[in-house]
Order: sequence, then C-alpha cells, then structure tokens
Amino acid sequence: MIHSPFIRKPASVQQVMFTVLLALVPGIAAYVWQIGAGILVNLAIATVTALAAEALMLRIRGRPVGLSLGDLSAVVTAWLVALCFPSIVPWWLTVLGVLVAIVPAKHLYGGLGQNPFNPAMAAYCTMIVAYPALMSQWPPVGELGFAAQLDLILGGARDLDAITAATPLDALRTGLRMEGANVATLLEQNRTAFGVLGGRGWEWVALGYLAGGLFLLARGVITWHMPAAFIAALAVISGAFWLAHPEQFAPPLFHLASGGAMLGAFFIVTDPVSGATTPRGKLLFAAGVALVAYLIRNFGAYPEGIAFAVLLMNMCVPLVDMKTQPRVFGHRGEKS
Amino acid sequence: MKALRRLFDFHGGVKPESGKSMSTTSPIRPVPLPARLVVPLGQSAGDAAIPLVSVGQKVLKGERIGGANGKVSAAVHAPTSGTVVEIGTATMPHPSGLAAPAISIEPDGLDRWADLEPVNLRATPADQLRDLARDAGLVGLGGAVFPTHLKLHPGREGHTHTLIINGAECEPYITCDDLLMRERAAGVVRGAAIMRELLQADHVVVGIEDNKPEAIAAMQAAAAQAGTGVEVVAIPTRYPAGGAKQLIRVLTGIEVPYGERSTDYGVQCFNVGTAYALHQAFDQGIPLLSRVVTVSGNVERPGNYEVLIGTPMEHVVALAGPRPDSNRYIMGGPMMGLAMPRLDVPVVKATNAILVGSPTLFAPPPPEQACIRCGECARACPADLQPFELYWFSRARNFGKAQEYNLFDCIECGCCAYVCPSHIPLVDYYRFAKSEIWAREREKAAADQARERFEFRNFRQEREKEEKAAKLAAKAAETHAKLGEGAAPAPAAEDDPKKALIAAALARAKAQKDAVTPKNTEGLSAETRAEIADIDKRRAEAGLTGATAAGEAAPPAPDDKPAATTRDA
Ligand code: SF4
Ligand code: SF4
Repeated sequence: MIHSPFIRKPASVQQVMFTVLLALVPGIAAYVWQIGAGILVNLAIATVTALAAEALMLRIRGRPVGLSLGDLSAVVTAWLVALCFPSIVPWWLTVLGVLVAIVPAKHLYGGLGQNPFNPAMAAYCTMIVAYPALMSQWPPVGELGFAAQLDLILGGARDLDAITAATPLDALRTGLRMEGANVATLLEQNRTAFGVLGGRGWEWVALGYLAGGLFLLARGVITWHMPAAFIAALAVISGAFWLAHPEQFAPPLFHLASGGAMLGAFFIVTDPVSGATTPRGKLLFAAGVALVAYLIRNFGAYPEGIAFAVLLMNMCVPLVDMKTQPRVFGHRGEKS
Repeated sequence: MKALRRLFDFHGGVKPESGKSMSTTSPIRPVPLPARLVVPLGQSAGDAAIPLVSVGQKVLKGERIGGANGKVSAAVHAPTSGTVVEIGTATMPHPSGLAAPAISIEPDGLDRWADLEPVNLRATPADQLRDLARDAGLVGLGGAVFPTHLKLHPGREGHTHTLIINGAECEPYITCDDLLMRERAAGVVRGAAIMRELLQADHVVVGIEDNKPEAIAAMQAAAAQAGTGVEVVAIPTRYPAGGAKQLIRVLTGIEVPYGERSTDYGVQCFNVGTAYALHQAFDQGIPLLSRVVTVSGNVERPGNYEVLIGTPMEHVVALAGPRPDSNRYIMGGPMMGLAMPRLDVPVVKATNAILVGSPTLFAPPPPEQACIRCGECARACPADLQPFELYWFSRARNFGKAQEYNLFDCIECGCCAYVCPSHIPLVDYYRFAKSEIWAREREKAAADQARERFEFRNFRQEREKEEKAAKLAAKAAETHAKLGEGAAPAPAAEDDPKKALIAAALARAKAQKDAVTPKNTEGLSAETRAEIADIDKRRAEAGLTGATAAGEAAPPAPDDKPAATTRDA
C-alpha cells in the first residue's frame, strides 16, 4: 500500500541535470566563437566515454542501467570535465579524465549521491598531476583553426611555442616572475592578450557561464548562497592583496573573469552531492573554495587552484554541515 | 480589519495544484440513510468510549451510545434512530486495516430525535460545560480528533491571549471547511464566541487561506453582525499553513515547539468545524452526529456532503459517481491522507474528505532514485529540518543520529517527499524510523521493568528468609527465656516493617518512572502506532521480546496528536 503524500511535484533528477546542461550552452557557445570548435569534439568524446563507463559500472554494481543512465548525471560530469580541460588535449586524455571521474570518484564511492569528492575536479587534479604539460597547453585565442585543433585532439605533433598558449592567469604569473615586472604595465602592454576583464576571448566564455549560472538561479536549480559567497570571497581577498600591493597582485575583476572562476562559481562549487547543504554551510564552503583557490593561484605551484580548493573543501563538508544545522522550528538557543 | 494584524512567515511549504474548485460548485448535500451505520467507539484521541447500549436495544437519534472513558476520551452517539444490531469490532478507516470496537445500528428510517437539551451558558459553571462538551462527543474536526473539552481551559494565567479558529484548509482538494464557512458562518462565529468565554481569550482570530474569498467574505459578514470582536484574517495560501503550529506562527509569530502545548504560550487553536459543532451542541443540544465531508478526485460530481458518522464510505462515494477505473480511497487530503484498506469502512469524526484514486490520479510515485543531496526537501520543510539527513540515517537504521537531527520534530506533512526530484518516499522512512525507535524504547522499558521486578523479588525472598530466621531466633530466644536464660533480642524482626515500607516506596517510584513515556516518542500518530503494533507482533512471533512485550509492561500510548499536528486539533 502506498502512503501519503499521494501527489508529487513534477520534477526529476533528469530534469535537474538537463537544466544544468542547458545552462552550460551559453558558455560553450562563447567558447566555440572565441576559442574554436575543438571543444565540441572534446565534449562529444567525454559524453560518449561517460555514458559507456556509467553503463558498465551500473551493470557491474547490479543497478538498473536504464533508469540511472537516463538521469543525465554522467553527461553533466562529462561536460564539466571537458570544459575544465584545455580544449586541445589529446583525445585519450579526455577519456582518461572522464574515466577517473566516473569510475573511482563516483561509482567506487557508491554512485550518484554518495561521492564525497566532486568527480570533475577529481579528474582535473589527477590529470594535471599526471600530465602537467598537456594540461597547461591552451589554444591561443583566435589563432587556431578547427582543423588544427582537431589534429591536436587526434594526437598530432605539438610544436609547443607556435601553436599553444598559456591561460591569462598563467601568462600573468610568468610575466610577474621577470625582474621589475608590474601588474599594471603587464596588463596595459598586453591588452591583446589580457583583454578588458580577464583575458581576451576567455572573458566572453566567463560571461557565458555567468549567464548560464543566472539561468540556474532563476530556475531554482541552485541557490544564491554558493555563487554569491564564492564571488564575494574571491573579490574580497584579491581586492585586499591588490590594494596592498597593486604592482604584484592582479585586480579582483581579473581574478573573477579569468580561469575557472565563473564556471566554478555556478557549476562546480554548486555540485550538490559533494558540497555543503545547509544555508550557512554553503556560504562557508564556497567562500572556503574561493580563498584556497586564490592562495593557490598566487602562491601555489599551479596557475589555477579551484580544483584543488574544491577537493580540499569537499573533505570539510561533513564537519561544515554538522556545525551549521539550521534552527529547528520551535527550538531555542541555536542560531539559524 | 485585516490590515491591522501583522502576519508572520514560516519556512518552507509547498504550493501544489489546489484541486479545490471542482468541489465548491454546489452546496453541502444531504446523504440518504444507509442500510447500516457502524459507529466506532474510539473516535477521539485517547481511550475509546464505553458502550452504554446492548444488542437489540432501540435508540433515538442523538442518544448517547458510548460514554467517555476517563479524561482523554469523548462520547459517541446514535446518528439516527434504529436498533443496535451488533456490538463487536469493525475494520477502521486506517491503512493497517485494524479492527476496533464499534456499535452497528440498523436505522428504522424515521430519524426520530431524542430530547434535545440546549445548554444555558450563563447558568452553567465552566467545568460542567466542559463535561457537556465531552458528552456531546466533541473532538477536533480538522482531523486530529483531540477531545475538545480538554482544550477548553484557559491557560495557566487564567486567560488565553489568542484564540485561533483554523479555517485555513491548506490541504489540496479538501473544501469542507470552505463550504461550512460559506454556508454556516454565523454558527462558526457563535461557536468561536462560546470558546472565547471558556478560554477567557483576549483575542479571537479566524485564519483563512486567501484562496477562499467567499468564505472570508461570509465569515467577515457574520463576525461583523455578531459584533463579538472576532477578527477574520486572510493568510497567504501555502501548504501547510493550516497546520496548527504553522497557523499559530503565521498569526502570532509564536513557535510552539514539538511536545509542548500551545496553551502554555497563551494560544489555543480550533478548527472551524469544531467551533460549529460546539455551537450546535450548546445552543441546540445536538451532539456531534454528522460532519461535512468532501468527496473528490476521480468522481463525476465532486462535492461536499453532510454525512452521518458511521456511514460506509462507499455509500457516500456512490453519490458522487466514481469513475469506472477508481481503485481506492484516501481519507483526508493528498498530502497527509490515509489510504483506506477497504471501501466499506465507516466515515468517522476525523473524516474531512474522501478522495477517490485511480491508476493515474494519486498514482504511486515513479521509481525511487538516489538522493542527490539537492536540498529541495530542506527548503520545503516547514519544521526547518534537513529531511535528506533524516532519510540517510533512517535508511541506515542509525536511529540515534536520526533523533539527534530531530526526527521527532517532523510533522509528516509530506512537503519533502512532494518536492524530491528523486521521488524518494521520504515520509515513509520517517514513519518507519519513528516506529522502530518507539518499539525499541518500549522493549527497553519493559526489560527494565522486568529486571526491577526480578530484583525486587530477590529482595523480597531475601527478606522473607531473614524474617524466617528472625522468627526462628525469636522462638529460640523465647525458649531460652523460658529456660531461664537471657538472650539478645533479634534485631531483624524489629527492622522488618521499616524495610518493607522502603522497598514498597522504591518499587512505586520505579513503577512511576516506567509509566512515563519517553519524551521523544510520545504522541505518535495513529498510523505509526499501528505500525508499531505490527512490529511488536512480528517480534513477539519471532520470540524477540520474550514475555515482556505484552500488555502489562508498557502503558498504552497517550493517543494521537502528531500526525495531527499539521491539522488542527
Ligand atoms: S529532495 Fe530528495 S534528492 Fe534532494 S536532497 Fe532531499 S531527499 Fe535528496
Ligand atoms: S514530512 Fe517531516 S521532514 Fe518532511 S517536510 Fe514535513 S516536517 Fe519536514
């Protein structure tokens, strides 16, 4: 016999995941427009790999394949992996990354809903440690045609200096290592490379993610807590360093518009499964990611630190959730 | 008038399709007498009434056939005139399909009334009025069926700050209160005025969801005409705004915590139907014989009916024209209603609605998927709980943790399960966890008691041995004395009465302690307790509980508030 409630809101995991995919489209469109269509190839490779790996794992674990495969969660993971990898990595690197995300990071921890770590970020971290060079070669903005990108993806020879570039974050970092370098002059001299906000071309992609993120907010798929806390924390810490030493540290807007900041704010830290769940916990979690990411960007060994920051904060989630339980109706003493 | 009152918000809640408009098009309709009426004796929270009639006896309409049994109980009456044909058990309108004592009456078709005695309110002391309410069978008609007389007390301070009349009716599909207010507003206002007297209430506020403009207008007009200072307030429509706690919060800003009574916060809350029934009982002398029931769902002519208590549900549903694919009934609304085990169960005082389901309407949810911790449920929970945490703990049978996360604050409103994109039947998990915890605590209490009894028996045996020894010693001493030798008096004999007294006091104290139900499990819903009964039975059969499980050990649970907490009491 079934019990109350006898009615359900028309909602499903599949619908939630589909909305997330939809929200990624503006960012992807900007990517194709500014950087090149190679990303589409990577997205396709990632999607196929993810679905195959998911089906296999579900089968091995004796779960209903059709139902779980249809929830689209694997596709979301695949797209996030593809979007945070350089879009000209050889195809096998994408495949490996997606396999890491789906097999150990997701299913070995018990499948959807059980994984303590963000699968896409686990994949990124593994690959950047394993293949630091390939994971740092990004397509130069507007200089590499689709054919050339496809060639690289399919494993073509790489003439490193000629065809690949560093990200703006990386470039700024390298530039600052030089004697007497100064952020303002670096940015000023290289408007062509750094653009107005945070890297020519890339800033459009960031705007695309921002648009998608606002769409997710409007649809109620994510709440404001995480993106707001992430952006605010990143702005505050980068602003503080910048005000103290403007010649050494990039301005907040640069940090917000470059690297994976926007993708991170709206699509990565907001992963419900591996993130904090209480309202205050979400604020803490996202702010923590932003702070750690900033520190890694400026003082760590990698130009982009969001992925490591996410994994680090993932470990704190149980504690954060426990300590931030909201006040229960009618209970006194605890703060909400 | 309504601009004067500041309204408060409560967290969470949902806005399901209301489904109400289809049953509000026609007035409350009468129901022809059925061939047989089955009046359950236990229709209120607490103890079942004691039968006052015998088989074969002729009864008149309104005659008391069951008397209140103790404090937490209410009377039941013959809904029409006829003959008592059976005093036995009948299947109750409850998913468990449990049978309980009931009196069956075969109507004589004449509907002859017993003598009705309206109450002279001025000349009757308050205590007596409360007894009269009990004898009129008045219980909370919002669904909680808590005996009304127990709530008609002014609070500790001798007066009540705010008396709330609950006309929110937040459950989808149900419109019985709406129609009652539209058609009998004056009676409701009159009932509220009587309540105000008994409660010494400073303010009287009727809360109605703003999706019922006709009811609001009717009530406002009636209140103005009566001039009794009853305030009628429109509140935002959001389930479960009609839950007693939520409504109290919305209208007064006060949060009544789990396990505490609103009176202690200066507030008392009654359903509009209860107010109307009180008016009928006192002003006209008519006890609670019938109630307004919404019949809706998969029927051709949804609407509201004035139904005699004891009428078989299918008799009422037949009038509304159930569609051919109808396959089950739900008593109550789609959010908190109960699935009926059979179609012939009687309408009782708790029956505010009968919803007819089909394979597509109120259908089983799609298959359950994994929880993605999206937090939708937490955003919807009016008790500010983290339903998914409760779910994980309940599922893992980690009941301690579930309690730590305030499982028992859950009012089983169903909002979480309603919004869950993974279609997890969350409330089922909470019911399960609550019943398991409850069963375990009962087992523990029983075991403790058995141990203590065992210890006491040992103690007594020891004492008896000592007594015997003392007597022997005394005898020996006597003998010795007779023989002319002095002997030391035996001390044991003298200590004995004292010891026995202490032991008795100790045993009493322990028994008292055991009789107190653990706080976090008191007042489970009827359904939960039925599940517990099931589990107990299973355990007993499996020999898990040994001899301790049965009756004498644990006191019967003080019946039934919580499922009810969302409804009015
Ligand atoms: S709504 Fe369902 S899926 Fe989402 S957190 Fe709650 S239980 Fe999990
Ligand atoms: S059923 Fe319980 S946990 Fe779920 S929303 Fe209602 S009060 Fe919260």
